[in-house]
Amino acid sequence: MSMDFSSGKELDQLCRDRGIRISDAMMGRETELGHTDEKTVRERLKRSLKIMEASVHEPLGQPRRSLSGLIGGEAWKVYDAAARGAGEMPPGGPGNPTPALLCGEALTRAIAYSMAVLEVNAAMGLIVAAPTAGSSGVLPGTLFSLSEIFDWSGEKQADGLLNAGAIGYLLMRNASVSGAEAGCQAEVGAASAMTASAVTELMGGTPEMCLEAASLAISNLLGLVCDPIAGLVEVPCQSRNAVGVANAFTCAQLALSGITHPVPFDEMADAMYRVGRSLPWELRESARGGNAATPTGRRCAAKSGCAECHM
Amino acid sequence: MNSYISLFDVIGPNMIGPSSSHTAGAVNLALMAYQLFARPIARVKFTLYGSFAQTGRGHGTDKALLGGIQGFATDDVRIRDSYALADAAGLEYEFVWDETTRTDHPNTVDIRLESPSGEVQTVRGESVGGGKIRILLINGIRVDFTGEYSTLVVRHADQPGVVAHVTQVLSRHGINIAYMRLYRDHKGGTGYLIVESDESIPGHFLKEIRENEMVHEIMLIQI
Repeated sequence: MSMDFSSGKELDQLCRDRGIRISDAMMGRETELGHTDEKTVRERLKRSLKIMEASVHEPLGQPRRSLSGLIGGEAWKVYDAAARGAGEMPPGGPGNPTPALLCGEALTRAIAYSMAVLEVNAAMGLIVAAPTAGSSGVLPGTLFSLSEIFDWSGEKQADGLLNAGAIGYLLMRNASVSGAEAGCQAEVGAASAMTASAVTELMGGTPEMCLEAASLAISNLLGLVCDPIAGLVEVPCQSRNAVGVANAFTCAQLALSGITHPVPFDEMADAMYRVGRSLPWELRESARGGNAATPTGRRCAAKSGCAECHM
Repeated sequence: MNSYISLFDVIGPNMIGPSSSHTAGAVNLALMAYQLFARPIARVKFTLYGSFAQTGRGHGTDKALLGGIQGFATDDVRIRDSYALADAAGLEYEFVWDETTRTDHPNTVDIRLESPSGEVQTVRGESVGGGKIRILLINGIRVDFTGEYSTLVVRHADQPGVVAHVTQVLSRHGINIAYMRLYRDHKGGTGYLIVESDESIPGHFLKEIRENEMVHEIMLIQI
């Protein structure tokens, strides 16, 4: 019997029938349709994880400005503040007070990591699009923060990518993961749904809970527009990745607590697509609306280097 | 080949940032031009249109194009240093940022390649999103292919028998043709035959295809 699935409903049924996890179903589908074996897929995932891990860590030791100069160094600031808040580093002096560790260690670290990936991306470094370059921080940021805290193995991390891949594939197939087509809800929204589902499975949730987490994540970011300043994958993309992380954490926590969303995943994916298609062109990656169309956004776009806009 | 959405289409591509369309797509376009030319390159001229011209600098589109033309793939970290590497290799390059000419697709580029002995080839392509591309023109003749399949491009005289010859060779070696299209500038002029296959097309078949005197040139893009 085929391991292929084309909807959340079919995926859920497949998992029930076989008593498997979403990551297992995605592995089954990939080996079947790709005419390959599990070992080969896991080897490729290892390579993806290696790139992801480098991209979450690199800017913490070596902050790099983006080509435009709009972003660079933010990940380190968050990480440093978190380390000081957790008492791992000496507190800052006068005028540089010790920040409270508001979000807790896991979330703060995940936020810093997700922003790091966007810095690497904006400085022409190597990243894994997940599902896109503009949303590439959410999944690895979350995965590596939790891996370090819970001491997850590489194998378990790969399971996370498989689970996230299943949700991302369904959104790509039945909705959209393109900002130009359906706004930021389709990019960071999709990444957040993929991550919420992956975390739910890795924390011991059922496939049903994973789909609930993904539905909640899409619902929470529904309508989010794509409005990059100067048309660049920098602002507001970087902090939106941080929000995508926070949303994924929240939705996984809800799903693992047994909270459900009345609208099933497939209907939520469809709703996201319809909302996206009804967004005006100005709010779909054209850099003609939202942040990009503000007087300040326009000034940033008109300048090269953008030194005025940045601290 | 990618007739289904793979895990690695979602968790991937592995790419040099910042943009799949303006950076990874640009690498793929230039890499395709490089593979089609299949000769040493002395000079290259890129003409960027539309969104490529307007926001290309901020997306490193120029570095991406110059990297692809040196044979770098989308995940090659050398792309960031492609200017310095081109200089070191003695490759002459020129960029034209044409913000006024209208093209069908906003992310379009013309690539003009010249070999040390003066042979010239021009390619026009567009970056259609997610790093995916389409080649539209080769030496001014309309073609249409994506490089997602193994692609055989045969430049030939527009005379009877060429298509039969090529398909016979492929059939003899058990190569299954997924798509095949024929283009020409005018009747009896220059034609391009594009053959796309799910499987790789071994290079040694090309010798047999070349045996037909109507065949002027063969280019092969392998997946």
